[in-house]
Amino acid sequence: MNDSFLLDGEDIPFTPGQTVMQAAAAAGKYIPHLCWHPDFAAHGSCKLCTVKIGGRFATSCTVRAAAGQEVENRTDELDAKRRTLLQLLFVEGNHFCPSCEKSGDCALQATAYELGMLTPHFDHFYPDRPVDASHPDVLLEFNRCILCELCVRASRDVDGKNVFALAGRGTRSHLVVNSDTGRLADTDFAATDRAAAVCPVGVILKKRVGFAVPIGQRTYDRQPISAGLRADDKAGAGFGEAG
Amino acid sequence: MMRIETTDASAGGAPHKLKVATVSLAGCFGCHMSFLDIDERLLPLLELVEFDRSPITDIKHCGPCDIGLIEGGVCNAENVHVLREFRANCKVLVALGACAVNGGLPAQRNHLELADILQEVYRTGHGLAEGSRIPDDPELPLPLNQVHPVHEVVRIDYFLPGCPPSGDAIWAFLTQLIEGKDPNLGPGLLHYD
Repeated sequence: MNDSFLLDGEDIPFTPGQTVMQAAAAAGKYIPHLCWHPDFAAHGSCKLCTVKIGGRFATSCTVRAAAGQEVENRTDELDAKRRTLLQLLFVEGNHFCPSCEKSGDCALQATAYELGMLTPHFDHFYPDRPVDASHPDVLLEFNRCILCELCVRASRDVDGKNVFALAGRGTRSHLVVNSDTGRLADTDFAATDRAAAVCPVGVILKKRVGFAVPIGQRTYDRQPISAGLRADDKAGAGFGEAG
Repeated sequence: MMRIETTDASAGGAPHKLKVATVSLAGCFGCHMSFLDIDERLLPLLELVEFDRSPITDIKHCGPCDIGLIEGGVCNAENVHVLREFRANCKVLVALGACAVNGGLPAQRNHLELADILQEVYRTGHGLAEGSRIPDDPELPLPLNQVHPVHEVVRIDYFLPGCPPSGDAIWAFLTQLIEGKDPNLGPGLLHYD
């Protein structure tokens, strides 16, 4: 049996157990995503990777690839829905790219470039989210959090520290720090933790290195996010599976 | 989408010049400076357009125009009046730059109480002159509680993000718009920073 499926009409091979997203990434094909990362278990929450399989919507990071699937990915219909999801993320937080030190290395910004988002469209929430600068080496800028839980997964599954969690419901969902005071300084979090390097946006920031690479010369200034290079993967491995 | 017509339909003859108005609301004039960065291309542009209200002409009120370029968000009552005047007079209204698109740097005051900000800046902050007080001249426009992007106040036809959008981005955008196309920035020209 030929283990492959069709992604926008192209044959994509897969090994049994792979998700549509994993197989597409291994083949060098870009499916827009924010909460998915090749090194971590799928989360399925951002919905950016929603594709149509046999005419039905499905998140490609959680659906297993199956022989003969016909998957629609970069269609006008799906990209328009993805733009709307991005616009909702932009207005729910405080995303001011010109004053963000993650600009150019930010997956949210780069994905919005990729999908041609010109305006946030909706009315802004302008939430009040104080920063946590208590830790000597790492700053938490909650204003930019998109609730992807990558830091939660990295701290729990790789670092074994459980420093982060999401609390609250609906529009009140927010990132919290696991200490009595709620401050990062009162945890065993370290700048060398995997969780310190996994944030796709500008929430978890190492201090004193913010502009070591000038604006304009960063990962997604040089190439679009669809080219496959991740800002958190300076080795330049590009698309692909864990390791 | 509203598009520009470059010929006078009744005359059927030579193209008439498009009228363009520009203004900076709660902006820093950086987008206007970037507009000037189209450099020598200003000359061919002036073959196609003439300026109505703009820092270039010093005209105080916007008359009937084809294109209005709005820099900056809306931070006070005067900004609201000017923006509505532009919307009433411009066939095509463009949000130019980060502040017009999402409020930008001035909107970073939005999670603070306006009264607290004024107190801090004019009464209790560091290094103030003795007797410093909150300005209350009746000619000063009243600040709004929050700074808003322009699309939250009037309908906007096109958005050109960037802090500022580069001269090349502004040129590409304007030339396509003047040609009657839906502007498409293409790779490399779309930036939020």
